[in-house]
Amino acid sequence: MRSLAELESVFEIPQAVPDAGARGADLLRASEEVLEHWITARGEIPTGDEREGFRLLALHRQGTKGDPSFNACRETCREIVYHYNLVTMRGEYSDITDRLCMLAMISKHLYLFVSGKMQVAELGEFCCSAKPIRSADAAL
Amino acid sequence: MTTKEKYQKVAYYPGCALEGSGHSYNRSTKAVGKALGLDLVEVKNWNCCGAMEVKNIDPKIQTYLSSRVMSTAANEMDMDVVMAPCNGCYHNLKKAEYDLKNDTESAEVVDRLSKKAGHKTYESGQVETIHALDWIKDTIGEEGLKSRVKNSLSGLKIANYYGCMYTRPRHIFPEKDQGPGSESTSKPHFMDDLLAAAGAENVDFPLKTACCGGAHTLSDSDMSTKLVLNILQTAKMAGADVIATECPTCHSGLEMHQIRAEKTLGEKVDIKILYFTQLLGMALGLKAKKVGVHENISDSIKFLKAKGLG
Repeated sequence: MRSLAELESVFEIPQAVPDAGARGADLLRASEEVLEHWITARGEIPTGDEREGFRLLALHRQGTKGDPSFNACRETCREIVYHYNLVTMRGEYSDITDRLCMLAMISKHLYLFVSGKMQVAELGEFCCSAKPIRSADAAL
Repeated sequence: MTTKEKYQKVAYYPGCALEGSGHSYNRSTKAVGKALGLDLVEVKNWNCCGAMEVKNIDPKIQTYLSSRVMSTAANEMDMDVVMAPCNGCYHNLKKAEYDLKNDTESAEVVDRLSKKAGHKTYESGQVETIHALDWIKDTIGEEGLKSRVKNSLSGLKIANYYGCMYTRPRHIFPEKDQGPGSESTSKPHFMDDLLAAAGAENVDFPLKTACCGGAHTLSDSDMSTKLVLNILQTAKMAGADVIATECPTCHSGLEMHQIRAEKTLGEKVDIKILYFTQLLGMALGLKAKKVGVHENISDSIKFLKAKGLG
């Protein structure tokens, strides 16, 4: 599993891409790794299972157990899967580079959301802003 | 009574954001209601819904605060529908409704605090909480809007951004995902439907319910800026020249971090951010000032004038 810092560069918008399918697979795999980080940080072993044919969706389901706020990336994961399908199953389309760029940007959003939550994790039932304040109060 | 008739006159709960950073949403919601002949009666002496701050400390206190708003509407104003345009308020009132129906302990806390505060305890089911999108969609609808449009939004390419609280968590919105005609929690479309009826072209926007970082905009501003920048760039890549919003927190975040992204990251994204009520208002023939475009942080006036609006 690559570190979060290493993963950041994977989500940069691709320029000329000779093999769109391979780049799409790379983005999907990197998105899975982002969720693996979240699950590992919670002391669990990332699942190898799939849901609806995608490990990413199984990982999201695992990551959201006991943490409703993680559902805020549910649709993002589904959009990654949808755009991955557009890239890999409709390879003959002329807008393939646009689709690939869109996949990169959606995947980047998942990366930003999860890495942001990793910095301030377990901070409240539905929002992650208050814990540092509460912790500071407790320390006084 | 049909839903259409029921929603003609509703208790209006603007919430605190609409009195501050989201004032243009308040102004445009009222202006659109007036233009459409709908009746808004503001909840008397309303209080904070508990927002995120109270909910993080004690969710039951948040349930009480939201219940007091609903109690006032039901027991002091004899209203059976509360309309909350703010996603945070809307979400919290729905959560309170769910908790009071399903959690005895919450109901006991609310009863105790209501008695202490000297008002009637809100009973689950006394009012129905709706969003401004439900209000316009179910009273006027797409066909009704089409017949009232004076300045078509044609030529505007819009990415509709719903934010995270309008559809989550699913279990507090039992009326959604009920098939044709109902809102979808996975792919919300009410705002798309209304703006399309007003002539706009909606783009396929994959981040319509993604996180804007609103919850940690103060504790981790850099991350919020990155999240917003990605939303803006994705909307631009999808072909949009406007992002339509229906949440004051999302709206402020998009506007402020658009500026911050340019300052701190050197990334300028030329996309306009407008409340859906501002867009609908202008489509109904209202001036830009009447729907508070001048109160937005970003300047859209020139752009709108070039499109024949405002």
